[in-house]
Amino acid sequence: MTPEQAAAASGRDPAIVVEGVSKSFGPNQVLDGIDLSVAAHEVICLIGASGSGKSTLLRCINLLEPISGGRIWLLGQDVTAPGIDANAVRRQVGIVFQSYNLFPHMTVLANVTLAPAKALRMPRAQADAAATELLARFGLADKRGEYPDRLSGGQQQRVAIVRALAMQPQIMLLDEVTSALDPELVAEVLDVIRELAASGMTMLIATHEMGFARDIASKVCFLEEGRIIEEAPPAELFTEPKDDRTRRFLRRIVDAGRM
Amino acid sequence: MTGDQPDSLAAGLSAGTPAAGFGTAGRGPRLLSGGGRRATVISTASTVIVLAALALVFLAAPGSSQVRHTFFDAHDMWQSFVGNPSKGYYSVGEAIWLNIRMFLAAEVLILVLALVIALIRQSAGPALFPLRVLAMIYVDFFRGVPLLLVMYAVGFGLPALRLSFVSTQSFAVYGVVALTLSYSAYVSEVYRAGLNSVHQSQVAAARSLGLSHGTSLRYVILPQAIRNIVPPLLNDFISLQKDTALVGVLGAIEANQAAQIYGSTVFNYSSLTVAAILFLILTIPLARFTDRLIDRDRRRRLAGAVR
Repeated sequence: MTPEQAAAASGRDPAIVVEGVSKSFGPNQVLDGIDLSVAAHEVICLIGASGSGKSTLLRCINLLEPISGGRIWLLGQDVTAPGIDANAVRRQVGIVFQSYNLFPHMTVLANVTLAPAKALRMPRAQADAAATELLARFGLADKRGEYPDRLSGGQQQRVAIVRALAMQPQIMLLDEVTSALDPELVAEVLDVIRELAASGMTMLIATHEMGFARDIASKVCFLEEGRIIEEAPPAELFTEPKDDRTRRFLRRIVDAGRM
Repeated sequence: MTGDQPDSLAAGLSAGTPAAGFGTAGRGPRLLSGGGRRATVISTASTVIVLAALALVFLAAPGSSQVRHTFFDAHDMWQSFVGNPSKGYYSVGEAIWLNIRMFLAAEVLILVLALVIALIRQSAGPALFPLRVLAMIYVDFFRGVPLLLVMYAVGFGLPALRLSFVSTQSFAVYGVVALTLSYSAYVSEVYRAGLNSVHQSQVAAARSLGLSHGTSLRYVILPQAIRNIVPPLLNDFISLQKDTALVGVLGAIEANQAAQIYGSTVFNYSSLTVAAILFLILTIPLARFTDRLIDRDRRRRLAGAVR
């Protein structure tokens, strides 16, 4: 069944379809035939050791990295077709990075309004109002005039999420967004993501927070060496993993006291 | 007139010494933590001793009075500063304005041209390959050829072409062209270093929001790059201020040329001292400003690291 047929069968387009995607950096193969489908409003978590390809997969989906093989459909559109407008695709797909990557020379408000104002040509007043509302929703109303280096890591990451949301994306990709945070700051960011999930946002989340993945995901994929080794609902994958490699990975996580 | 010269020179030196002492004293406690008052005394004393020794060597040299007369004569310094066209020499004080105007014009042109060259050299994509090669050749060429030769080539070469607009400009204009050609090569490398200093993740963040390459560059990358290169940029401009003196070789009456004309007319080179002082008055504020920016950056980085 092709993805289009699958979509027709289910009555709606999956938000993300990844088909046989591979990616190499020189001789180093990072993704090796990834197949994955994320339905609209679904939340899927990618787990696996560092270097297993989770981040690269997210960057490929957002067209930040050109893929070496395979195809990717976003909202029913083949975004790997030649001549595709990558900027238009990225406006519909938000991505949040492990290291926040806020623009250090801009205030919080300017960080959030830059893309709506310049890429969507939204009038300044409208962009400011929308940004202020979003910031307020995530408890950042009083930070709008601050520069990023005056904020805690958790606040910076929440601003980064708001910055992505300001483009009103259909899909959010989260790349280990809590990995750079001090432990006591992780919760405030995870709460934001939970709220997003509750609001029906389609999300693909690379994470090391197993408890969080278990709570939020409808499906968890375990990656190793650029391949999806096992994918299952969290209750199944975390309690009775079928593959030895998944079991070994989860054992190490448990031994490290992370689950 | 020459009789009171040593006195005024000595007065100038003794007046300068405490000032220099205070300058060091202000920095002393910071450099020698815990030294406190003792460090201040030591740094002041050593400054006084060094300056006094230099002054002594100068005053005791066999040709000292000759040199003082030829280079530091108050009357000649004043005469060359105000100028007297009827006696065949120009005002150095007036001529420095030409240096300032050439500097300001060249500065703007260099900032623009160098940025264009840097952006071409940083560009990706096979279509721009020929432009990249040209930009590289440009930078190699103008960094390698002495500015003086560029000055001659532009100042005497372009008029010799006898073209309608290109060949009929003033020497000051040719001077600005030569300065721009040469300095743009250096400054483009400064820009390039600045562009490289902005982390790749900033590009990814901007592009991931759907911003085009140009918009990312304009609002995200360049502002950060330029912030990082202000000190080296100002450093190049300090040297550009001095190099406006080279336009004199074309015959433009800028400060250095005016001073030389005075020297060869009156046979006293105190005019060169006047020109030197005027150039110092121009460059020292810019140098101190650069220092302040570097210091501010350093403090900001330290503050960032603590947070």
